[in-house]
Amino acid sequence: MEISLQVTDLAASYGPRTVFAQVSLRVERGEVLVVSGANGSGKSTFLRLLAGLQSPTAGSAHYHYAGEAWEPRSASHLIGWVAPDLALYRELSARENLRFFAKVRRVAIDDAAIDALLDEIGLGGRGDDRLAAYSSGMAHRLRYAYALLHRPPVLLLDEPTVTLDTRGAEVVDQVIARQRQHGIVVVATNDPRELRYADLLLQFGQP
Amino acid sequence: MQQPATLRLPALLAAAWAIFIKDLRSELRTRYAINALVLFAASAAVAVSLGVGFIGVRRSEEYLLIQSTLLWIALLFAALNGLSRGFVYEEETRTIAALRLAAPAIAVYLGKFLFNLALLVLLDTVTCLLFIIMVRVEVGSPLAFILVLSAGGLCLATATTILAAIIARASFKSALFAVLAFPLLVPPLIIAIQSTALALGNNALGVALPGVGTLLSYAVATFVASLMLFRFVWEA
Repeated sequence: MEISLQVTDLAASYGPRTVFAQVSLRVERGEVLVVSGANGSGKSTFLRLLAGLQSPTAGSAHYHYAGEAWEPRSASHLIGWVAPDLALYRELSARENLRFFAKVRRVAIDDAAIDALLDEIGLGGRGDDRLAAYSSGMAHRLRYAYALLHRPPVLLLDEPTVTLDTRGAEVVDQVIARQRQHGIVVVATNDPRELRYADLLLQFGQP
Repeated sequence: MQQPATLRLPALLAAAWAIFIKDLRSELRTRYAINALVLFAASAAVAVSLGVGFIGVRRSEEYLLIQSTLLWIALLFAALNGLSRGFVYEEETRTIAALRLAAPAIAVYLGKFLFNLALLVLLDTVTCLLFIIMVRVEVGSPLAFILVLSAGGLCLATATTILAAIIARASFKSALFAVLAFPLLVPPLIIAIQSTALALGNNALGVALPGVGTLLSYAVATFVASLMLFRFVWEA
């Protein structure tokens, strides 16, 4: 199904400080937009706006999917979001977390599919461990499982490989390659190695 | 792929139930709220029992009102201490963004409300048993007493659920809490205290029914208003 993202004159401010302004762009299916810039330049804020977790100061963003336009706030079913500040429930196991989020997202998924998803992000065999026992890298991998659970056409990745080992970074490569085939990806990063994902590059200035 | 967030009732209720079960499972593993509730209720009962006693006091109207007031003060403070934690815990552990992206707002409210209601049933039971045993509360009409407690508890659960949501999303938590809690909780508390005193002193069920009716009306009004307001609080 066709998917695109249209951003028009988007701006974000915190109090009197303007983080970015007048950002306009379009991302089509199969494309990866990389948002780059120094710490505090607004990369994460930009992704939070696209995820509908924050409201813009000015401008708009819309997803066009199946002939309809969706504002980010009403498009959570289209979006998978991975970020270092995305926390899942530490007192539950990975499997319990995924089962819970599948239920509230109204996604039919059985244990075999959860196992397959955990295998896909390199957590096979660790699904019954509680998150409290996970390392930061494992917790970051599980964020991918959370984001991919409903197979969304839009994947928003904030610092996609932070805390990941080499194998984890390879998993991210595979996730992005697969997502290109049926949707769009937006990556926020200040790691120059991750610029290689870019079909489109949005460079933010100094904070 | 997941379907868009429509407001079909069965899907909403299923999501709300999943949130309730998740909160229950988390609570049983962390004892985050239960410990606070039970300890507060036990401390209040012991303090009242040792401090006031009521041994040998004649069962006058004032005596019943004082017992009833002390019981509801213990319930109120234990509830405020424990029930706000459902939302505050999500905020503190930063799981709120994951929940916001995945669950419809109304389902979150309903799930948290159910969880608060379950905690309140536990709190009511523990506090009342402790008061009956330690403060020597004699109940004239047990059925009226249970009805008043249930209706008052329902008021507490509806009010504290929306209060907790507002507080969890606000920057000035403590100041906002006092400002919001006062008008929301004082009116039903006054009715609950007076109706409980009537239930303690009379054998007839009918004496407490007007109070129970008012409390249930208040709970329904607060619940409906919360359902309408919650989305704005949750997505703020």
